[in-house]
This record gives sequence, C-alpha cells and structure tokens, in this order.
Amino acid sequence: MEDIRIEHLSKDFGGFTAVDDVSLEIRSGELFSFLGPSGCGKTTLLRMIAGFEIPKTGRILIGNQDITELPPYQRQVNTIFQNYSLFPHMTLFDNVAFGLRIKRTAKMEIIEKVRYMLSLVKMEDQSSKYPDQISGGQKQRIAIARALINDPKVLLLDEPLAALDLKLRQHMLIELMNIHDAVGITFIYVTHDQGEAMSISDRVAVMSRGQIIQQGPPDDIYERPTSIFSAYFIGETNLISGEVTGIEDEYVQVKCDNGAGEFFEIDSTFHFHPNIGQKLTLSLRPEKIAVSRFKPRHQDDINILRGVIEDILYLGSHTQYIVRVGKLKFRVFSQHKRVYFDEKALDWEESVWLFWHDTDTWLIAEEVDENGRNQDFSTEAPYHRALKRSSPGSE
Amino acid sequence: MRAAKLYKSMNLSIFTLVMIFLYIPILILIIFSFNDAKIIVGWRGFTLKYYAQLFQNETIKQAFWNTMLIAGLSTLISTAIGILTALGLENKSFSGRRGLMALIYTPLVIPDILMGVSLALLFNFTRVNTGMITVLIAHITFCISYTIIVVQSRLEGFDYSLVEAAMDLGAKPSAIFWKIKFPLMMPGIIAAALLAFTLSIDDFIITFFTSGRGFDTLPIYVEGTIRRGTITTINSLSTLMIGATLLLVVLTKRIRGSLFNL
Ligand SMILES: Nc1ncnc2c1ncn2[C@@H]1O[C@H](COP(=O)(O)OP(=O)(O)O)[C@@H](O)[C@H]1O
Ligand SMILES: [Mg+2]
Repeated sequence: MEDIRIEHLSKDFGGFTAVDDVSLEIRSGELFSFLGPSGCGKTTLLRMIAGFEIPKTGRILIGNQDITELPPYQRQVNTIFQNYSLFPHMTLFDNVAFGLRIKRTAKMEIIEKVRYMLSLVKMEDQSSKYPDQISGGQKQRIAIARALINDPKVLLLDEPLAALDLKLRQHMLIELMNIHDAVGITFIYVTHDQGEAMSISDRVAVMSRGQIIQQGPPDDIYERPTSIFSAYFIGETNLISGEVTGIEDEYVQVKCDNGAGEFFEIDSTFHFHPNIGQKLTLSLRPEKIAVSRFKPRHQDDINILRGVIEDILYLGSHTQYIVRVGKLKFRVFSQHKRVYFDEKALDWEESVWLFWHDTDTWLIAEEVDENGRNQDFSTEAPYHRALKRSSPGSE
Repeated sequence: MRAAKLYKSMNLSIFTLVMIFLYIPILILIIFSFNDAKIIVGWRGFTLKYYAQLFQNETIKQAFWNTMLIAGLSTLISTAIGILTALGLENKSFSGRRGLMALIYTPLVIPDILMGVSLALLFNFTRVNTGMITVLIAHITFCISYTIIVVQSRLEGFDYSLVEAAMDLGAKPSAIFWKIKFPLMMPGIIAAALLAFTLSIDDFIITFFTSGRGFDTLPIYVEGTIRRGTITTINSLSTLMIGATLLLVVLTKRIRGSLFNL
C-alpha cells in the first residue's frame, strides 16, 4: 500500500531531455532496479525521487502522498550516494546518528538505534573511527546504516558498488540482499551493470535515452526481450533480420538473408501475432545454440544451419565460437561438456552444424535500422580475436 | 653517484646556511634579552630586570593593549566579512563575480606605503580624527582580502554532495550550514583569523600613517624607542612576542586536530 507510483515523469536540462515520460509502479518491499547504459537518465530519475531535481512534468507518489515537489528533507526516502558522501568531520557513530539528531531523538534511543544499525552492517566495533580511516567497502556499510536509521519507506542506491573491486562487489551484493530481507523496505537500485541488476532484483526497468524500454522480472527480460535494445543490452545475443513467410499453429517461418544472396529459414514460436510479410528481428542467445561437427538427427522443431568456425575464444567456463553462415556471424557459447569422449576439439575454419530448438528463437517486432535508432548495435557478433593458431590453408 | 652525493650535500649545506641566517638573529635577540647590559657589547651576566621594567612601563603596557585590541577587533571583523564574502562568491552565476575577485586580489600587491598614504589622505579629507578608530578601519581594510581568499580556497574544495546527503537525512538549510558546512569551513576560518591577527600585530607602515599622535601600537612604540637608542626592553618585549606567537600556533593546531579531525 506504500507503493511508489511514477506518472509521466520528464526532466530537461537546458533543452536536453534526460528523463522522457517515464511511468512506473514499484511495489512496497520490492528490490527494483533501473538498468541502462551510462547517461541514459538513471541518476536523474533517482534524484527526482529523492527530491534533488524537480521534474518538468509528471508526478511521484508514495502510497497516496504526492511527493513531487517536497524538499528532500521532508521525504521518507533516503539515498546511498555513489561516493558515499560520509561527513568527514564526524565519527562513524555521529555519521549514523545524524538523521536522528536532526529529529531531536532522545539520547538513549539514539545510542540504541545506532548500535543496532552498526551491527546490521557489521561495523559495531569501529564506531569511533573517522571516515578517512576506513576502507571503501566499510564506507558503503556506514552509508547504508546512516540511511536506514531514518526508517525510510524507500532506500535509493545509485551505483553503490561501482567504486569497489570485483570480489568485494560480489560480496556486498549478497550483503545488500540480506539487508533488504532484514529491513523489508523498498530498495531502488541503479546500475549500468546488467549482471548486478539481474542477480539482485525482483524486477528491472531497462532504460535507454531517458525512456523505459521494458520492465519485468530479470528472467522475463532475459528470455523475452520486447525490443532490440533489451535483447542486446542484457546478456549477449545474436540478432538476425528476417521476414515472416508462414504461420502454422504456434509456429512461424522466417526467411533470413545470409548476406551472400542466399536465404535460409528459421522456425520460431511467437508471443505476438505476426503477419505474413512482416519484417522483424530474431534474437538468439549464444548459449542456446549447439555447435557440432556432426549433423544432428533431423527433428521437426529444431533449426539447423551449416557454418564455418571463424574464431575460437577460450573463456574458462565455456568457449565462444564465432561461426560464419554466409556473411552472418553467429556467436555460440559451448560449455566444456563432452558427449563423446574421443571427441576432438573444434578447429578454426572447420565446417560445423549449428542447431537449436524452435522455442529458443525469440521474435522481436522491430527492424534493425541500419542508420537510425539502433545504430549503437550491430547485428554482427562483436568480433573478439583470440590468439589464432594459423591453421593450414588459411593465409 | 658521486655527483649526486655532492649535489645532495651542497643542497643541505645551503639549507643549513639559510636556516642559520634566519634563526641566529632571533637567537641572539633572545639571549641578549637576559643580558645585564644597556647595549649589545658582550655578555655581562644574566638578569630579568628588563622583563621587570617591561611590566612597569606604562607606555609599553598601553601600546600592548592597543595592539591586542586592534588585532582582536580587526581579526574578528575581517574574518566575519571574509566568511560572508566567500559564501557570497560561491554563487558562480553572480555576474559581478570576476570584477569583485579582481578587486579582492589587488590589495595583496599594492605596497603598504601606498595604502597607508591613501588611507591617511582619506581620513584627512573626511576630517575623521585619527586614533583607535582609524587604525582599526585601516587594519580591517588590509586584512579583508586575505581572509576572503583563505576562506574561499577552503570552500573551493567543498564537496557539495555532503549538503545533499545532509538534506537527504532530514536536515533543513540552517542545520546543514551549522552542522556540515560551517564545521568543514572551520580550518579555513581559523587559518584566515590567524593570518589576520599576525598581519595586524605586525603592521607598522599603515598604522604609522593612520594612527596620528597618541595612539601607539607595539610596532610604532618599538620604532620610536629604537630611534631614541634604547633596545634593552625591546629585546625582552620581542622575546615575549615570539613566545606568544609560538604558543598561538601550537594551540590552533591542537584545536583543529581535536575538534574537527581535519
Ligand atoms: N545537472 C545537469 N545538467 C545538465 N545535464 C545533466 C545534468 N545531470 C545530468 N545531465 C545529463 O542528463 C543525462 C542523464 O544523466 P544521468 O541521469 O546522470 O545518467 P546515468 O545516471 O544513467 O548515467 C546525461 O546526458 C547527462 O549529461
Ligand atoms: Mg548515474
């Protein structure tokens, strides 16, 4: 009932639209993420919720209260700033106690609550230190304690892990989830790191150029992207343009140009009703494609393509193959599980079969626009060069 | 290797020489303040009688209190003006900012004698009676530029996100100023006050032109006395002043360290 409702929110900076007609509903107690590339307006959106920016149009409501124009100090919202912004002239105890002292809380209560908060973030034994005497991860914890002590309805976190190193980041991510479970309030989490957003969030809003492109649970966004942008930005994918040539029961046939003047057909299930002749885009996650030098037994609901291995990149847990089909390049992830134990590893320039289940082809009702909106993404798999052992026959 | 070594030892000896030239006169002054002789002719035995004379001399006492009064008041007023001006200049969109900055920096390079003479002319022209008030006005005038610049340089590095953080935690603008901004400005304010205080205590030229007859500060008194040839009480007076200055520096360091962690 203390849901956050954002209605048609926009914000301009001198004619530049940083946030463009955003509408959202965030449920009470949810861990909700804004995910998008740097500069897409995440921070601006968050700052409007915190009260540091006044929107040009639109409303922000918590429960039934319209907070759009309230100053930050009158909102039951607290923020974890990107650089933590701890007060350098105060001890950690005084930093955490700040909000309560402003509210003139009784001394004993302050001591009690600060102790509890410091223990929640596992910093109880360092309360008399100053911010410049602790590490980045510890500052982060203090910033969280300092915010949560005010009993906010919503905690806003702006790229809270960006300044930490990788190991600490993974650790803090789990800790943040634990804290979220412990306090049970709404968290709004801003990040450009899709891995972070996917692992921590109940729901994610994917943002691009000030707009929300898609929102939903992480698996939904990953498995069922509704736009080329979300398909491309979250995880890795192969995007192929095609034209609908047939519809039969729950299956669609899509004709694709391999770029070399030849066409091949891909089957797919669909989640919207395409029309014959409609131009659209297929998204194929690299881990859903199998690669083999042996032709798979023909089945009705399997797509099979013939290609040539152009590049091999060993990535530890899996290997990435770039497979050329005509002029298209498919990116394929292959786990290191051998089915036949005498199987020889695939080699550069080897002819292979690619195959995947029809239901793993995902249709997006958008065309890849060569020189327009989607020019940030090429439909070609990004081409990482591995140390290529030159194979006989190649130059 | 050898060249580097030679170079290093040369540097070191130049440094030592400079230090000797800097501190030997002060050391001599301190030693001779305890010397039982009217003029510097050599060591004639230890005495505290010139210190005793110092404390009996009404003119010196008067000059001391005058100096303290002027220094205290001009420090207080010029630091306050410095704080307000620096805060005002924080507003980068203020259109007269550049011009004002130029006006603030100019007095730093104007020779004292020019400032003294022009102030004297002004007071003469406006028929203000010279004395305590004119000296005070003059001292405030030359201290302001310094206090503004020192406080401003501290504000320059101020992290504005701290203000937002405080606001986020429920602090209203007045609380933010007194609990965040002011404490963080404090090192700058203390430095500004200290600078103003020493500038004021020290000043001879401008005071000379603006004090008229009958209002002596210590530097004016010292000059007059030396002109008449007695330096004995001056030695002891100077020694005390050196001591007081050192004490002040140590004290402010302590205060800064313990109160603000800065
Ligand atoms: N105060 C501001 N003045 C002018 N432009 C701004 C301001 N704040 C943000 N912007 C612009 O708005 C866009 C969105 O910024 P931001 O919300 O910080 O993005 P993100 O947090 O997603 O990286 C950027 O292009 C940025 O340059
Ligand atoms: Mg940002």
